[in-house]
Amino acid sequence: MSGNPGAGPAHAAVQHEESYQPVFVGPVKARLEALFPLYPTRQSCLLPALWMVQEERGWISPRAIGEVAQVLGLTPAFVKGVVTFYTMYHTHPVGRHFIQVCTTSPCNICGAEDVVKAFLQHTGCGELGATSKDGRFTVIEVECLGACGFATPVLIDDDFIEGVTPERVPGILQGYK
Amino acid sequence: MGYPHPSHAKEQPVLSKYFGDAGARTVEGWVKRGGYEGLKQALGLTRDQVIEVVKASGLRGRGGAGFPTGLKWSFMPKEVTKPHYLVCNADESEPGTFKDREIIRWTPQQLIEGCAIAAHAIGAERIYIYIRGEFTAEYKILTAAVEDGYKNGALGGNVFGSGRRIDVVLHRGAGAYICGEETAMMNSIEGKRGNPRIKPPFPAQAGLWASPTTINNVETLAAVPHILVRGAEWYKGLCLSNPKSTGTKLFSVCGHVQRPGNYEVVMGTPMRDLIFDMCGGMRPGRALKAVIPGGSSVPIMTVAEVEDCAMDYEGIVAKGSMLGSGGMIVMDDSTDIVYQVMRLARFYAHESCAQCTQCREGTAWTTKILERILAGAGKAEDLALLLDLADNMTGKTICVLSDSCAAPVVSAIKKFRGEFDAYLNRMKRPVMVAV
Ligand SMILES: Cc1cc2nc3c(=O)[nH]c(=O)nc-3n(C[C@H](O)[C@H](O)[C@H](O)COP(=O)(O)O)c2cc1C
Ligand code: SF4
Ligand code: FES
Repeated sequence: MSGNPGAGPAHAAVQHEESYQPVFVGPVKARLEALFPLYPTRQSCLLPALWMVQEERGWISPRAIGEVAQVLGLTPAFVKGVVTFYTMYHTHPVGRHFIQVCTTSPCNICGAEDVVKAFLQHTGCGELGATSKDGRFTVIEVECLGACGFATPVLIDDDFIEGVTPERVPGILQGYK
Repeated sequence: MGYPHPSHAKEQPVLSKYFGDAGARTVEGWVKRGGYEGLKQALGLTRDQVIEVVKASGLRGRGGAGFPTGLKWSFMPKEVTKPHYLVCNADESEPGTFKDREIIRWTPQQLIEGCAIAAHAIGAERIYIYIRGEFTAEYKILTAAVEDGYKNGALGGNVFGSGRRIDVVLHRGAGAYICGEETAMMNSIEGKRGNPRIKPPFPAQAGLWASPTTINNVETLAAVPHILVRGAEWYKGLCLSNPKSTGTKLFSVCGHVQRPGNYEVVMGTPMRDLIFDMCGGMRPGRALKAVIPGGSSVPIMTVAEVEDCAMDYEGIVAKGSMLGSGGMIVMDDSTDIVYQVMRLARFYAHESCAQCTQCREGTAWTTKILERILAGAGKAEDLALLLDLADNMTGKTICVLSDSCAAPVVSAIKKFRGEFDAYLNRMKRPVMVAV
């Protein structure tokens, strides 16, 4: 499994780490604790906990890994091993809007690579995994999104958009400031 | 029905009857459409009685392997000494497959009802529905449907007044095709890397947290309420070819057809009817070239093989492939088979969990060699090398992801040899840059 591409500006990561505030306080902590009775082990809440970190912070930093490990009674090394296994967890900061375009065969034969090119061009990202200079976008290619009959599907943040063509790209991007 | 298209006369909408009808998403809406009758009936039967009905119906797993569902349930211990669990596999990530997503987004109560019946049959109180992380909208719909289920007595401590407890927990994946493999899914729910486990022990003996566990696909479970309401005989009667393949099946058709979408047909329906009548055939001026009929993990079929193929488990095997998940990738004569096979190999290389050497190295090397061929730098012995690699990747690993990579490669070399030779003989312009 490959981790996430898309290393953002290094200074942003450092700043984030110096001023690290715990994620699991107040309502977020309560949300996590509400999950405990649903599983016989604390460890089983690891994926949900990592989702909460990413929702709150946009990515999962080394300090956040440490915090999750502590909250669930695991080692940071174990948590890191899990984080890097799953491609949707960001181990680096990414653009404000994260764009995932399916290019697996069923979409590929319907022109998905042209859709990727259009996103790279119109976001100014230039290359896959890079963040645009204004910090607005990161574009990556992903494998099958489970919507092959609606080629080409694109996931922008949590919005699942079907039937994207190169022509539609500029209009779609206007919705993401 | 062929969502997003209106139902075709050759379809038999059972599971897909309410696709496109958002009113079916609530308990109230589902009940109005005849829903939750199956669960109410099941709660009046014993575990064994429910299993017998499902066994008699001939229902087989729709996740890919086609294992008889009633038989699978009967492997669960009769005595409940440790908690039993049901896992619903909603990880749908096999290229070409997009049917479970449609079931979840239009008829989440149909799925919850099927899950609850299965839980009753296997003696489980708790169901984990594992939904892939990318299905963001479906996750919201399913979350709302589960909450509604609790509010209206379809879930909780006293399901429809029966005294029976049935709980549903939604568990979101985070991007890993391999978590669709049943034991990888269990590890993922336990908060681990999604590595498949060595079997035995089988899940019915030691699954989630080493407790007896049954895992079924979304479509399999969604079929169950209908079998309880309309009877095993009715379901068995839905059969146009081999009696071992019964019921209706959702085929997700994508690629170069005029009307891609989900089509629900009776088992044994001719493949030609699906591609040329229901899906409207090829785009104007184009001819059919190849079909991968059961998700990307199965062998590719030629036009001749498609010609008189009956779509059921046995019929597709007789034509050199497999029914798999029913995700059908249709390719017309504009398709570069070598390039698309490379894309599939790249998919498997990306998704390998890397535990087994044959798979980790085999998927990577297969991809590299195909890329080399596409870059015009192929060597005469490359096809033999690919076949040799494929041989080492088949039947030798912890799970069948490795075999799944080999299947499209081997079948494409066998059936579309000329396309590979064209690159190797420098008769075709390279489409990739050599690395
Ligand atoms: C690599 C791999 C990926 C799989 N992905 C899925 C999947 O996304 N959905 C699914 O239902 N089954 C998937 N399966 C099959 C499951 O392991 C399992 O057989 C199935 O969920 C059982 O349900 P059924 O008997 O109802 O078909 C996959 C298997 C393998 C080896
Ligand atoms: S075959 Fe591949 S995916 Fe399956 S367990 Fe082995 S390495 Fe992992
Ligand atoms: S191949 Fe693109 S969504 Fe499945």
